[in-house]
Amino acid sequence: MNVHEFQAKQLFGQFGVPVPRGKEITSPEAGAAWAAELNTPVFVVKAQIHAGGRGKAGGVKITKDKAAVPGLVKELIGKTLVTHQTGPKGREVRRLLIEEGAAIAKELYVSLLVDRDSGWPVFIASTEGGMEIEEVAAHKPEKIIREAIDPAVGFQSYNGRNVAFALGLPAMEPAVVTPFIQMLGNLYRLFMEKNAAMVEINPLVITSDKKLIALDGKVSFDDNALFRHADVQQMRDLNEEDPLEIEAGESNLNYIKLDGNIACMVNGAGLAMATMDVIKLAGSEPANFLDVGGGATKETVAAGFRILLKDPNVKGIFINIFGGIVRCERIAHGVIEAAKEVKINVPLVVRLQGTNADEGRKLLAESGLKLEVANDLWEAAQKIVKLTGKAA
Amino acid sequence: MSILVNKNTRVVVQGITGKEGSFHAAQCKAYGTQVVAGVTPGKAGQEVEGIPVFNTVRDAVKKAQCDTSLIFVPPPFCADAILEAAEAGIKLIICITEGIPVNDMVKVKRALRGKDVRLIGPNCPGVITVDEAKIGIMPGFIHKKGVVGVVSRSGTLTYEAVHQLTTMGLGETTCVGIGGDPVNGTGFVDVLALFEKDPETQAIVMIGEIGGDAEEKAAEFIKKNVKKPVVSFIAGITAPPGRRMGHAGAIISGGKGTATEKMKALEAAGVRVVKNPAEIGNAVKVALGR
Repeated sequence: MNVHEFQAKQLFGQFGVPVPRGKEITSPEAGAAWAAELNTPVFVVKAQIHAGGRGKAGGVKITKDKAAVPGLVKELIGKTLVTHQTGPKGREVRRLLIEEGAAIAKELYVSLLVDRDSGWPVFIASTEGGMEIEEVAAHKPEKIIREAIDPAVGFQSYNGRNVAFALGLPAMEPAVVTPFIQMLGNLYRLFMEKNAAMVEINPLVITSDKKLIALDGKVSFDDNALFRHADVQQMRDLNEEDPLEIEAGESNLNYIKLDGNIACMVNGAGLAMATMDVIKLAGSEPANFLDVGGGATKETVAAGFRILLKDPNVKGIFINIFGGIVRCERIAHGVIEAAKEVKINVPLVVRLQGTNADEGRKLLAESGLKLEVANDLWEAAQKIVKLTGKAA
Repeated sequence: MSILVNKNTRVVVQGITGKEGSFHAAQCKAYGTQVVAGVTPGKAGQEVEGIPVFNTVRDAVKKAQCDTSLIFVPPPFCADAILEAAEAGIKLIICITEGIPVNDMVKVKRALRGKDVRLIGPNCPGVITVDEAKIGIMPGFIHKKGVVGVVSRSGTLTYEAVHQLTTMGLGETTCVGIGGDPVNGTGFVDVLALFEKDPETQAIVMIGEIGGDAEEKAAEFIKKNVKKPVVSFIAGITAPPGRRMGHAGAIISGGKGTATEKMKALEAAGVRVVKNPAEIGNAVKVALGR
């Protein structure tokens, strides 16, 4: 789960990571009031959406004039920002962060995530702050510093010293070395206590008055650990998520909307990805990822159908079930029941294999429903692509 | 011969009185696996499908001499269950549970380091040695004793591959699901090494997916150490970046972990990579010259 910058910074504040004074604002009036209270030489007005590249897309405004703040709020709220991370449709701005500006002397980069290979949390730091870290890694890999933290003992001061010296921080600005090491310890604490998946500060700045401050902040959380954190769950902003994905989540379905025309419904994440891949190989594009899970029932199949059919791009549906614990005849019953409830007006190919597959195929064949049954994965993919009017 | 588990493996099922635990304990037992004990705290003295239940893994080990654990404990308590098994002297822990917080697994993995115990999973279908022991949730009947070792990050996609191998008459030796989580126990490399040494295994199928660099690490290992033919499929060539595709570990982040990169690395290591998952069985047949 992702959260907004202002929420990430609130968490930073709680954990002793220095951030600019700022507040979430949704109206020009509130903007004016906060600007008066903030009373700073430079005001920064930042659009809050769950995507990077806001600055380049015109989502960050800077002014020295307190009176200009409400106008900037008016300009940004309701505006649609298109960045390299939003897709061509962009994202509507519904809230802003207004904070004090900082006099930047130097920009750094710091993040923390779990290294999958070792299973240890690892800090990534660089003197190339303000740039995309992927770019730095690709073009100046020597500028990337990694420091793994032993989860048995947690963050130690030496971890912090390793990073600080590798960055050349003492030569850059000796006054910030100790606060920097403390800040890394605080970030580690936040990461572990809140079950974050990633914490990133880019840029982390050294100001001209020798202070360290997180000018931007990004935190994402481990979905599997949200049950432990009611406070984090409250930070969820449904406006930032696809409505069909929200609906799928409510039915315990794992759905991700894509841009193609062939919808698919599959049991198991790996097989669901593989099914998307064969749709592409057969000459079309998948409209979604949908894993109905190991315990698929009549109800989940029906809910899946409803969601798939709400996507106006869908021109055909491919159901691919490998029955293990899930029995194919149950899935067949589900398809038949769902087809009664939900009007399916696009071609449908059902491929059943595994436990009770013969029985399932027989039920479908005798149901009178307009659908094609297939035994084999590749055969099924070619069928649905052909039925939707594209040659394999 | 086989790897990891065989007909002498003695299994304790942790979480045996739950819906999943009781169902699969019975299924494993029916396959012929020696399921000799179950554990649910506070339910000692009960029986599930004729299997005695104990309060602790320590009791189960002492009274039923089990050496392998199969875990169905719900995610919030699962790290605790894995550590309990390890402390009680279990040598092989197979964890089926999906949805364990990553940071819990970080601590578990660290605690198991240097100990004489192997963890398979979590979030995996388990391990089956055909006709000897099924310790997991895979449907037993799709397997047939044969010559191919299968290792995979996925569940149903593994069944798909197994189905092809069985239908073509090649059959399997042992199938190992290493799981779809970002931090897990045993990886591809360990299982590949075991298959390479196993005299019954003549070819290996490795099923990977987007996210992380386990497939790239496996490619390096195969290049240096594996003489047997390896066939591989990597799921998720059509997956968009930054989205978690069901499995917690299946995510392309920061441009890393794409299917294309993994396929390239494996091909460079001499692995036969198939783009079409329906071609896995056929590719093995060709590799074995049958």
